[in-house]
Amino acid sequence: MNFEFTEEQLMIRDAARDFAQRELLPGVIERDEKAIYPTEQVKKLGELGFLGMLVGLDYDGGGMDTISYVLAMEEISKIDSSVSVIMSVNNSLVCWGVEKFGNEEQKQKYLKPMARGEKIGAFLLSEPEAGSDATSQRTTAVDMGDHYLLNGTKNWITSGKSASTYIVIAQTKPELKHRGINALIVEADSEGISVGPHENKMGMRASDTHSVMFNNVKVPKENLLGEEGFGFKFAMKSLEGGRIGIASQALGIASGAYELALKYAQERKAFGKEIINHQAIAFKLADMATEIEAARFFCLKAAWLKDQGKPYGHASAMAKLYAAETAMKVTTEAVQIHGGYGYVKEYHVERLMRDAKLTQIYEGTSEIQKIVISRGLVD
Amino acid sequence: MKILVCISNVPDTTTKVKFKEGDSLFDDSGVQWIINPWDELALTRALELKEDAGNSVNEICVIHVGGAGADATLRKALAIGADKAVRIDACPADAYHVAGQIAEFLKENPFDIVFSGIESSDYNGSSVGAMIAEFMDYPGISSVTAVNLDDDDIQLSRAIPGGKQVLKTETPFVAVVQKGIANEPRIPSMRGIMMARKKPLEVKAAAEMDVLTKSVKFELPAEKGACKMIESESAEQLVDLLKNEAKVL
Amino acid sequence: MSVIAFAKNWNGKFKNSTYELVSYTKELANKLNTNLIVLSIGEVSNDELNTLGKFGADKVVSVNNPQLNILTSRAYAKVIAQLAEKEAASVVVMSDNNSGKAIAPRVSVKLKAGMVAAVQELPVSLDPFVVKKRVFSGKAFGHVQIDSEKKVVTIAKNCFGLIENQVEVNIEEFAPEVDASLFKIQVIEEEEQKDKVILSDADVVVSAGRGMRSPENWAPVEELAEVLGAATACSRPVSDEGWRGHEEHVGQTGKVIAPNLYIAAGISGAIQHVAGISRSKCIVAINTDPEAPIFSVADYGIVGDVMEVLPKLTKAFRNSKS
Repeated sequence: MNFEFTEEQLMIRDAARDFAQRELLPGVIERDEKAIYPTEQVKKLGELGFLGMLVGLDYDGGGMDTISYVLAMEEISKIDSSVSVIMSVNNSLVCWGVEKFGNEEQKQKYLKPMARGEKIGAFLLSEPEAGSDATSQRTTAVDMGDHYLLNGTKNWITSGKSASTYIVIAQTKPELKHRGINALIVEADSEGISVGPHENKMGMRASDTHSVMFNNVKVPKENLLGEEGFGFKFAMKSLEGGRIGIASQALGIASGAYELALKYAQERKAFGKEIINHQAIAFKLADMATEIEAARFFCLKAAWLKDQGKPYGHASAMAKLYAAETAMKVTTEAVQIHGGYGYVKEYHVERLMRDAKLTQIYEGTSEIQKIVISRGLVD
Repeated sequence: MKILVCISNVPDTTTKVKFKEGDSLFDDSGVQWIINPWDELALTRALELKEDAGNSVNEICVIHVGGAGADATLRKALAIGADKAVRIDACPADAYHVAGQIAEFLKENPFDIVFSGIESSDYNGSSVGAMIAEFMDYPGISSVTAVNLDDDDIQLSRAIPGGKQVLKTETPFVAVVQKGIANEPRIPSMRGIMMARKKPLEVKAAAEMDVLTKSVKFELPAEKGACKMIESESAEQLVDLLKNEAKVL
Repeated sequence: MSVIAFAKNWNGKFKNSTYELVSYTKELANKLNTNLIVLSIGEVSNDELNTLGKFGADKVVSVNNPQLNILTSRAYAKVIAQLAEKEAASVVVMSDNNSGKAIAPRVSVKLKAGMVAAVQELPVSLDPFVVKKRVFSGKAFGHVQIDSEKKVVTIAKNCFGLIENQVEVNIEEFAPEVDASLFKIQVIEEEEQKDKVILSDADVVVSAGRGMRSPENWAPVEELAEVLGAATACSRPVSDEGWRGHEEHVGQTGKVIAPNLYIAAGISGAIQHVAGISRSKCIVAINTDPEAPIFSVADYGIVGDVMEVLPKLTKAFRNSKS
């Protein structure tokens, strides 16, 4: 066992922290309130290599380990989860899948620009009738010999409008059920694709969440990821890694809110002393700090397993479940510690509380994580 | 053309300072270390000069006098773009000692331009750069707010009270730089961090050098009295207080 | 034995900080039971040199060499060191300003004299020689012992004040060797702000931060500064945004100032800003946020919108003058 980070991991954490303080903190309240997509911020994030930090150097990525990724996700999420969700989806859902299962041509053509952050990727799995239940895909990719013909609607797509590259999960052979599902790389400007209106969300309001409609979209055969019928497995594998990203995001939301609450409790006075000197507040902070530390260990453990090439699906489900629940609880307490100030936007904690809610829902709800965890118990 | 940038390793500017051993030593437990902000600006300008094709700057080296604890800071300098780092393995006892060590290095390894920040945010000595210039008998320009190399023709601006002077000089020289010299310091990119792994960080033995001063004690400033709050409608009251109570008008 | 104060001139004139330096060094010489020698370099009239007598300078050494009209730290250091050798000076004292920062370290190396910059007061003790200075950008004070036989110190502005001690000035000319090879710096252009109060010299400073909301809103700041004869300053975000020039940035990485009165309008008071202003004698803060950290370092505070409060203050100051 070794609980020390390397010099490099700490440098990445500090770089992410500096970036968040310098580039994300100014304007985060306005971007949230008016649901303004963080175009400039995402561009700079890409230039620094955060959007492709997990991709290997050969494909223009940062070649960093997953531990570093957890640290960076935490720092960025402390300030702006609308940005960190774009980073998480691009890194751990889209780039990871193409790097792991794509062929050389696909990597050259699609992975490299995404790893450089020049193009953004989106992962299209959820459907109006199929959120967590990925086996019942209504979107179809009919094999037309030299291409697939794509029809259907995908919902709740992060970066739905800003992405240039989609990974679309669709049913090709309904008779084979989930073994007939394919994963396709689809260029977002293909003919027949239309993007629905911006979802007016409760939290993470600055990220662009849209539905995407496919109407007779031709997808070249060479854009199939992996073998024919590999799509469902591909999606499940991608989500295993994606959960580390979202768990780290939830961790960051929690620790961001905790840091603000701790600072506030040391400054704000009530009944003649700083409120941190009242046990009611001190104990809240003690609980928050302890749970955040536990969530951090979950995230780092899952990341470590992934870096070691060991199975990490079970650990990442635990990390996501625990970190998301912690984020919700800690942010709620942070608002409570701030009292009336916590309920106004200027103090940031109400935004973190709204953002936290989404971590319990997307990339597998907390309930789905429990299914994954419980199934893993009896294997 | 080669630029040497002197780097000091200092506690993060938001650090709450504490002392230990009877207030004789700075308590560095839990301290986050950073590149001294002025040195970081100097490094940023050096990197900008290297990237500019209009001059012949082709190597940026950073140098630090201190223990292995500063290696992370030097590695960061490499990650944001310095080509190599040198650490003189000595306890940085005072400005004379530090400047002397760097001068000894310079005698063996000549550079065209030496950059140093105008002060360090820990002991606020503000003397290392000019001392190096004197040890080396180089021209030294202090309070530098701009360095431009056009076809290696050197122009610097320095702050003077209420204005600035534009100067011309020749290499080798020492520029002691302050705010304004460069834009924002850089954040290391993932690629930069990766490349820093392969860049040289050379550790050199210290030279014999005298130490002329020593820090003997620290104290924290007296607590400030409470702020007297005045209603926003009562501007006259404030004027009266400034005149008759604070006596500063 | 002697103590030397280097009195820098600006276009042939001295400033209050020069007289403060002379007052300090006179007091130090008295404590050390030795003589004060004030050194002036460059063309300064005898009338101006005589003004030093008001603060106890009975011996002024003038190096009236036009070559030295432009500050060249290398040549100045050589002149100061030569005089220090000639007069067997035990301590050389300078002001902690741009020129002191450039010259003092060079004198230190030439004389192999331990140096301490920006000391706050007369030495805490003379034997051993211990001086007190701000460290960690004002978060603490350090006591530094100088062990070498010769010593160099620079003194922080406004740390000592002026002590009048009228004496007859005895001016001596001194012609040290200054080799032409020492002048490798040429001034090709000079800009001076003539009509504005210089920030580093100002007794009163009106400073504004992001609370002004936009660079177009600076008129109330400038009006208040005008009524007070004050210099204008700003916080780091304001200079980073380019709303005001870098030369106005006050704080840890900008200018560190020590005026009598500092008025902070719409500045929250980040720790880095406070590092630049904590030596002010009196701080007034105006901010909409009653929890802003600036109020914990201020002497007087007003909670309110700067755009409304500043014009009221300007009016009140104007009325109090007339």
